[in-house]
This record gives sequence, structure tokens and C-alpha cells, in this order.
Amino acid sequence: MHIPDGFIDLPTSAAAGLLAVSGTAFALKKAKNELDDRTAPMAGLTAVFIFAVQMLNFPVAAGTSGHLLGGALATVLVGPYAASLALTVVLGIQALLFADGGLSALGLNIFNMSIVGVATSYLVFNIARKFLPKVRGSIPLAAGIAAFISVPVAATGFAIQYAIGGIGTAPASTVFAAMFSTHVLIGIGEAVITVLTVSAIMATRSDLVYGWRASQVKLEVRNT
Amino acid sequence: MTTKDKKLTKFYLSFFSAAVLLAGIVSFYASSHPDGLEKVAEQKGFLETAKDSAVSGSPLSDYGVSGIDSERLSVGLAGVIGVVATAVVAFGLFMLIRRKR
Repeated sequence: MHIPDGFIDLPTSAAAGLLAVSGTAFALKKAKNELDDRTAPMAGLTAVFIFAVQMLNFPVAAGTSGHLLGGALATVLVGPYAASLALTVVLGIQALLFADGGLSALGLNIFNMSIVGVATSYLVFNIARKFLPKVRGSIPLAAGIAAFISVPVAATGFAIQYAIGGIGTAPASTVFAAMFSTHVLIGIGEAVITVLTVSAIMATRSDLVYGWRASQVKLEVRNT
Repeated sequence: MTTKDKKLTKFYLSFFSAAVLLAGIVSFYASSHPDGLEKVAEQKGFLETAKDSAVSGSPLSDYGVSGIDSERLSVGLAGVIGVVATAVVAFGLFMLIRRKR
């Protein structure tokens, strides 16, 4: 879902760039609380893993592929702020080294994937966890639900950007409908990969999983 | 290094190795169909508004290493380079901003 240069006009891209910079600055400030000597390497590894899995396009409907965005996966593993930064690092590397996603479009992509995708994932994960039994097995499931929903929501981010500053002549409503329906399918793949990865890590090192730790320390007094 | 540290390091190493394996080897088998956004752009007639990125001449552009003919080797090597680059930047960033003991 990496937007190339040219799809969206420059004023809209610049505005998204500004939002991306503010969001990243905010995440930098807040991520400190999520990162210590044990979880900082975990956040780095999460970025690395997401870079790798984003290369693995899987087929969806007729001649279309999709790949993991990773917002939900990263949020559950390392918390929303470190997750947002991890995705931004991945997007930066992809745009600068691999010409995947345009340079002027980097802000648009950060906005959709590092901010909208992660915020949606965090929200849905927390809601899902409230309704699911308070057991370990609920963590991968809640992560999967968050993953599934976050993808079409992030795709809606593009549809909004297109409505504001799209260069194409197709009506924004049809672009939204096409983006949304295609990304519901891609969301299924996102959910499968997220459930498998979170399950594997829960089985080996659940103490490193932010989403599981967060549900256990709820009644503890935390000094910040 | 205590046993606990060793176990943790082992976990980090397996996680990293999984990423290297996926980017270096499995990536060759990825679908080459256009992704969701590209497909929608094609269907809705705005794919041609895309412009080449300023770095489209990069030796790694589109996940291949220029000059390597073998597709398998080219994409695999690009993947491993990407993994290492991501690791350097991400580890640097997260270790820098973490709460220090």
C-alpha cells in the first residue's frame, strides 16, 4: 500500500508530511515509557521482521496481491508508540533504498500506516481484549482482529488523501469503495500472519509481549 | 552473562534469523501481482499519474541488486541488505531513546 510520487498533489503530501513529523515527534516522546534494556531490542527486531514480511506479497483476488502492514503486530509486541516508530523506520528504508513508496509521498505513507494503522490497531486490540476471556490465548486472537480491521482503515486513509488531493480523475467515492473492498481481503492475510507470529512469540517469550504484559500489570501501581 | 541473558539473546537471535530467512530466501516466492493500491489505481485509471521516485535509479530499487542477473540471488541479497539496514537504524534509534537503568 505504498503510495508512489504523483498520485496525490504536493500541498496534500506536504500537509501529510507535517502530520507525520508531529506524530513521529509525539511517538518519540512517548515511546520512552515502552522501551527498556529488554524491550528496546525487541522493538528493533519488530521493525526488522516487518521489513522482511512486507517483502512477502501474497495473492488475494484476481491478479492482486497484498502484504503485511504490521501495525497490529508491532503494537501488540512493543506498544503503540514504539510500533509507530518501527513502522516509520521501515517506510523510510523502503522509500530511500528501495524506491518503494515515493519520497514526496513518505508523509502520506507514514500517516496511513504508522499513525492510522497503529492507532486503529491499538484501539481495536484494547476493545477486543476487554470482551475476550483474560487468558493467554486471547492475545493472538485480539491481535488478529486488530490486524484485520486496521488494513481497510489504513486504506481509507489513502481514499481520504485521494479525495483531498488526488491527481486522478476517477471519483473519490469509487476509489474509496475499491480500496476498502480490496483491503478487506488483504486484511484477512494480515490477520493470519499476525495471529501466527504473536502465537509463536507468546509460546516462547510471552514476557516480551507488550499486549500480554499490559493486561497483567493493570492493578499494579506504576511509577513513571 | 547469566543463563537468563543467554536465553534472551538466543530468542533475539532466532527472531532475527527468521527475518533474514524470510527476506533472503522466501521473498523469491512472493506474488508479483500488483498490490491492492496499484490494482485500484490501474482499475480507476490513475496508475499513470505515478512518477518515478527520485531514488528509482538506486542500485536496490524494486528489491533487486542491479548487476545481479539471477533473480533469486538479486531479490534475496536485496532483502538481506534491507534487513541489515533496518536493524542498524531501528536498533540505533530504540537503544538511544530507551529508559536507561
